[in-house]
Amino acid sequence: MRRHSLQHDAEGRLRHLLTIEGLKRAQIVDILDTAESFISVSDQQVRKVPLLRGKTVVNLFFEASTRTLTTFELAAKRLSADVLKININTSATVKGESLLDMLHNLEAMQCDMFVVRHADSGAAHLIARHVAPHVSVINAGDGSHAHPTQALLDMFTIRRRKGEFAPLTVAIVGDIKHSRVARSQIHALTTLGVSELRVVAPKTLLPADVETLGVHVTHDLDEGLRDADVVIMLRLQKERMQGAMLPSEGEYFRTYGLTEERLARAKADAIVMHPGPINRGVEIASSVADGPQSVILEQVSNGIAVRMAVMSMVLGRAPREEGA
Amino acid sequence: MNISIQHGRLIDPANGIDTHADLHIAEGRVAGLGEPPEGFVADSHINAEGRIVCPGLIDLRARLREPGGESRATIASETAAAASAGITTLVCPPDPSQPIDTPALVDLIRHRARSAGHCRVLPVGALTQGLEGQQLAEMETLRQAGCIGVGNGLQAVENTQVMRRAMEYAASQGLTVFLHAEDPWLAAGGCAHEGAVSVRLGLTGIPEAAETIAVARELQLIEQTGVRAHFHHLSTARAVRLIARARYEGLPVSADVAAHQLYLTDMDIGYFDSLCHVRPPLRGQRDREGLREGLRQGGIDAICSDHQPLGADAKLAPFPASEPGISGLETLLPLTLRLADEGLLSLPEAIACVTARPAEILGLLADGQGGSLAAGARADVCIFDPEPYWELRAEELQSAGHNSPFLGWELKGRVECTLLAGELVFHRC
Amino acid sequence: MTEQDDIDKLIRQMADELRARLEAARIGDALMVGIHTGGLWVARRLHRLLGLEQPLGELDISFYRDDFSRIGINPQVRPSRLPVSVDDRHILLVDDILHTGRTIRAAMNELFDYGRPASITLAVLGERSGRELPIQADVVGRHFDLGEHEHVKLSGPEPLRLSIVEAP
Repeated sequence: MRRHSLQHDAEGRLRHLLTIEGLKRAQIVDILDTAESFISVSDQQVRKVPLLRGKTVVNLFFEASTRTLTTFELAAKRLSADVLKININTSATVKGESLLDMLHNLEAMQCDMFVVRHADSGAAHLIARHVAPHVSVINAGDGSHAHPTQALLDMFTIRRRKGEFAPLTVAIVGDIKHSRVARSQIHALTTLGVSELRVVAPKTLLPADVETLGVHVTHDLDEGLRDADVVIMLRLQKERMQGAMLPSEGEYFRTYGLTEERLARAKADAIVMHPGPINRGVEIASSVADGPQSVILEQVSNGIAVRMAVMSMVLGRAPREEGA
Repeated sequence: MNISIQHGRLIDPANGIDTHADLHIAEGRVAGLGEPPEGFVADSHINAEGRIVCPGLIDLRARLREPGGESRATIASETAAAASAGITTLVCPPDPSQPIDTPALVDLIRHRARSAGHCRVLPVGALTQGLEGQQLAEMETLRQAGCIGVGNGLQAVENTQVMRRAMEYAASQGLTVFLHAEDPWLAAGGCAHEGAVSVRLGLTGIPEAAETIAVARELQLIEQTGVRAHFHHLSTARAVRLIARARYEGLPVSADVAAHQLYLTDMDIGYFDSLCHVRPPLRGQRDREGLREGLRQGGIDAICSDHQPLGADAKLAPFPASEPGISGLETLLPLTLRLADEGLLSLPEAIACVTARPAEILGLLADGQGGSLAAGARADVCIFDPEPYWELRAEELQSAGHNSPFLGWELKGRVECTLLAGELVFHRC
Repeated sequence: MTEQDDIDKLIRQMADELRARLEAARIGDALMVGIHTGGLWVARRLHRLLGLEQPLGELDISFYRDDFSRIGINPQVRPSRLPVSVDDRHILLVDDILHTGRTIRAAMNELFDYGRPASITLAVLGERSGRELPIQADVVGRHFDLGEHEHVKLSGPEPLRLSIVEAP
């Protein structure tokens, strides 16, 4: 009764993108290669291709987000899709009813793809189970579960900078426990087969049994950074200061904040990544975020090509069943 | 009306009986086994050839959602489902929508159950007023109104002093306290076992310690107060060991496990299957084995359904936002029988877990008020065919709640007739 | 089978014909654009033979295909490269085989996304029956008469070779 195949169709092609977990290595590489060809689209004077002309993409955001929403919208528009944005007041969907109503309304709408962001883990899976057979769902972040397109654009950025994954040592630093980005990155990096994957955080920010994901755990930032090729810093939500997760921002920065001095423990050509938005002086010093090793802005611009790739691969999968 | 149930295999664990014999019922009570007693003339016969005849099942924990949740299920709908599943006694815990903290509420529940006439319903009264964990409920009044014991439902009594006094008071009135062991702070916001699955799925975990800390605290208080206590729906192997040790030391405690906990683990959540969202959560493989071991070696006495009927919308939400619970009445017997098929327990031992043992916990057994087929005992009887395989289908469930993770499972053993105090309340056509 | 020598000859003939057309129309600075992959091989030779001033343009029409939702996307799309603006320019569009006409339609759509050319002249190494759109070539190397299940295929880049294959 396991439902591993929800995001794949009968032929094993990607129908939805809900999580990195369960994607084959070759599938991830395919997405990265496709994204590479879309990079040329955003480089040249024609920034738009007619690949998804006549398709309707609905951005369904139950949780506020500017950056992710914007890049998905841009990606869809560059593929010539019609884009609709539905921002749902999260407070109104706390109860099950309104999500249910929403699902029925959406089924009635003639659209081809939902891009879903929701504060609850599993929301994208739930919606994928209830859409009509020709509709695809892309998870743009669900609770603490997954944010697959962010992880893919991070992999894309790493590959452009570092080439092969096999020799790399990667350190993910910060609030792993609440981070959907970290979970998706961990699945992607283990699938692509990096040499070593470390997570660095105090125990309060690590989920119990995190080792089962295939990572090495350390609570010491200096040890975690030693000889790393890639350093991924995670955003620390301000609300973690409540609920006895951490004593203070100051102590967090002193213990786990990335400064130039501490970055020196990583390899000289190490790159520094951050999914954004950055809390300067909380998890990362400004001098590092804006420094020569930072690829944070590159991540943002790569986001569009990766999302174009995912959208076109998911929709370019198969003919519609109805009306031969 | 006098009834003879003929040619069946009689299994009555309370009296160590497992034999082929006829069962005779008169005036709502068991008149005798084997040859009909002097002067007994049956008005009707039930042919139980190839069937097993056992005491009616006693479910230690089933929520009926009435009053307060009639839109989902009613006492009538759920007691009818119980009868179709061989259950003749349901113990109904309080919950915030029906806190069972006034005699009027007790009367209402008992009255509705009696007028529906499918199954006996024994309410557990509130331990604290409104289940708020602050003021003691009127326990003696509730006992007199017909409550079988007292408890605080799924609501924690956070204040240890209040819990101690509640136990002291219950002990003074000779009441059994029914406990849901869960530390409210450690469980806050959680929806799945804290472990490999919750890590993967990004679900807030409920650690094992949420249960063991609560069990440990209650055991200390039970020892101090001398109250007779029963732990509901244990989910962890460690809690079972804590209770087994306490019993070894002579504490008056008992425990049950929900049938689904004996078969499912957190792995069954798969990718967010909200039908597997239950409270306490499905735990890991080791806990499941520990619960089974507890059933075999002592530590756990009984199996309950932990029935919680829910409407479809309650599960049609992202996993953490879906409501926890399983509609469990109709799988209680087949899942219990399966333990015998799997060789964990003998068939009489398995049947004891849903008949004699819960009757003993409720104090019904000694008075012949349930869980036994001894002469003179209340004639609550379940007759089932142990052989047929059948598939659990939503549309065939009698309960108003179709929320079962066992839908599509092939189950073995099916109830044919249920007698409640000598009256035929269910008969499969 | 058409061997290397014959293909060189065909391409020379095409170059002559194109040169004549350009002269007749008094076009001085035409932009030649080859369609990936076979069209580009042919275009490279024509470009050399004609000695055109403007560098050769390349077009990958993968993102413009109308059968995208049936065959999916090929992850190895090469970027289209047009060295100069197409606005008001005379374009010499080169492909290997003209069959249904859909590739040419996609290529013209892409060209129009870059600007508004003054004219487009289509040159193909081979043409065969089976047109699904009203598109004809101005310069044709060779015409093929093919059976229903036959296809003509150009392999290359060195040597260029045309072969007729049975469709599976």
